[in-house]
This record gives sequence, structure tokens and C-alpha cells, in this order.
Amino acid sequence: MGEIIKVGMADLKPCKAPDGVITLGLGSCVGIAIRDPGTLIGGLAHIMLPDSTAIHNSAANVAKFADTGIVELVKQMEAMGAKRSRMVAKIAGGATMFQFASQNSMMQIGARNVEATKKVLAQLGIPILAEDTGLNYGRTVTFYPETGEFHIRAVGKAETII
Amino acid sequence: MADFNLNDVSEMYVDVLKEIGNIGAGNAMTALSQMLQCKVDMRVPQVRLLDFSEVGAIMGGEEKTMCGILLGVEGDITGSIMFLIELEAARGLIKKLMMGYESGNPNFDEMELSALKEISNIITGAYLNSLSTLTNLMIYPTPPSLTIDMAGAILSVPAIEFGIIGDNILLIQSQFYDDVEIDGYFILIPDIPSYEKILKALGIM
Repeated sequence: MGEIIKVGMADLKPCKAPDGVITLGLGSCVGIAIRDPGTLIGGLAHIMLPDSTAIHNSAANVAKFADTGIVELVKQMEAMGAKRSRMVAKIAGGATMFQFASQNSMMQIGARNVEATKKVLAQLGIPILAEDTGLNYGRTVTFYPETGEFHIRAVGKAETII
Repeated sequence: MADFNLNDVSEMYVDVLKEIGNIGAGNAMTALSQMLQCKVDMRVPQVRLLDFSEVGAIMGGEEKTMCGILLGVEGDITGSIMFLIELEAARGLIKKLMMGYESGNPNFDEMELSALKEISNIITGAYLNSLSTLTNLMIYPTPPSLTIDMAGAILSVPAIEFGIIGDNILLIQSQFYDDVEIDGYFILIPDIPSYEKILKALGIM
């Protein structure tokens, strides 16, 4: 068993087996776990917003956005020796934490984050093997590049592995 | 004001918000003590501009189960306001309000949820009233939506809104206590044009 590296909100970290990566309390944010099964190099990004180009002053933190965050994670994994052509992804999060009668775009942010994540992964040619997204609860996720297992924990629910 | 950035907000704005928090929380405590018919005391609220990575830690970890209540804000300014309270503290308040009623349901039953919403309405309402009085702006809340989940997941909602304008989140922590100490957190989330209105109304810009 290696070390488990913590990824914060609007943050990303690559790692190499036997190490793993964890992010706590994903709400409307999306956690994107990427793995190269050839080198067992993996990584996790915790993005908050779909699109950096829609926002002024976006250069501050690339890990905050789906478009820039996923690209940066792939770049960092490649720098460690991973091959993009072999990479596969699993995603979780994107929940709607509060239900309101009037659904404005802010409340749909979870769904928009998931949609943007899928689009970016498709553009990079990285297939999504599994996902646990949407619904109305928070998730803590741990990713092990060694096996590709993505462990998902939620309040009052049994841990699942996708 | 597309390039508005919370990082540039002056000390003075934080001081003003602190004062609003203080008066608002004071009003809220008066309302709460009338409702519960007991003495409720409070400490001076802490106003903090936190980095996203620090937010979970201040409430006892991202995975700590909390009650989060989100209300929309309408009127001259728009946005939302969130009130967060620890699960056990919420349980204590509900029990007090409902004269000892307890369902035993770990996530509360309908009656208890309704009582908790009422408590949040009073507390956030008092806070918004103070803001409204000080700024001379019409501000009123929409009905609350409540969720019980991990602190990190609940906080992702305001964090995302703050993420649009910067890398920090503005948090007002009020501690109040009667028999037990209760930590409550307010997060006012005005949308970007409303920031300008609040600052102008307060004479800061």
C-alpha cells in the first residue's frame, strides 16, 4: 500500500502506483480520475466550473476549470512518462446539492460540470470507463492507479467501487 | 465590473461585513431567544476570506456531516445566502424549539426539518435585515432549501459561485451558545453586479 495523496477543491495531482489520490466531499464539483494502465501512472482533478473561457481573470488557477484542469492533469501525467493513447478515465460528482422550484443555471452547475468534463475527455480521446454522477448527495472519492479502482463514499451509504 | 476580484476587496469592506455580521447575528440571537424562550449568548463573529483549501478544515473537515440551508436573495441585490450548522447543534435547537420532541431519525423527520428551516429563516432573515438597513437596499429571502451532507459537498455550492470571481470564499462564523456551544456559519453569495451595489451603498466605492 502506497501513500494516499490529497487533492483539494480546485486542485489536481498526478501519482504513480502504489500511491493513490483522494478528494473529500465532492458536491457539484467533478472528480476526474485518469489512468495509464501501461505505466500505472494516474491522477485526479477536482474541478469546480465548466469553462475557463467564459470567465474573466481565469488564468489564476487552471485546476478550477474542466477544460484547463483536465488538460493540465494529462500534461503532468505525460511528463511522468504516461502515454495519452492508453489513458482511460472514471468520473464522479456533479451533484445538485439543493433543490429549488426555480432552476436557474447556477443550480444546474453540477450537470454542466459533468457535461463539460465529458466533452473535454472526448476531445483528448480519453474514454470514460465508468461514472457516478448527478443526484443530490456529496461524494468522497479515492483512486488507485494500480488497479484502476475508483472508491466512492457518501453519507449514509455503503462504499461503492466503480 | 467584469474584473472584480475578491482578493482586491479592501480591509474596510471586510470590517463593514463584520459589523453587519455582528448586528445581524445579534438580531438573530434576540429572535432565537424569544422563539426558544431562553437566554442565548453569542461571541463576536469572525469574518474571514478563506482559500478554497482552508474552507473544509475550519468546519472540522470536508467529510463532517453538516446541515446546510440555502436561501435565494431577491430585491435590489440578487444572489443567495447559506447558513451552516453542525448536525448535533441543529438537533439540540430543534429539540428545544419543539419542546423535547425527537423523532430518532438520524437525518430528521419532516417535522424536524420544517422546524430547522424555520430556525434558519429567522437567523438568515435577521442577518439580511441588518444588511438591508445598513445599505438601504431592498433585500428579501426566498424559501429555504435544506440538505444534510458532507461539509465539503455543501460548501461546493457557494465555492463555485465565488470561484467565478476569485479563489477565495468570504465566510462569517458566529458562535452562539445557551446550554451548549453552537457554531453557525453564514456565507453571503451576492452575484457579481450585486457586489458593486453593496459596496456603493456602503460608500466604499
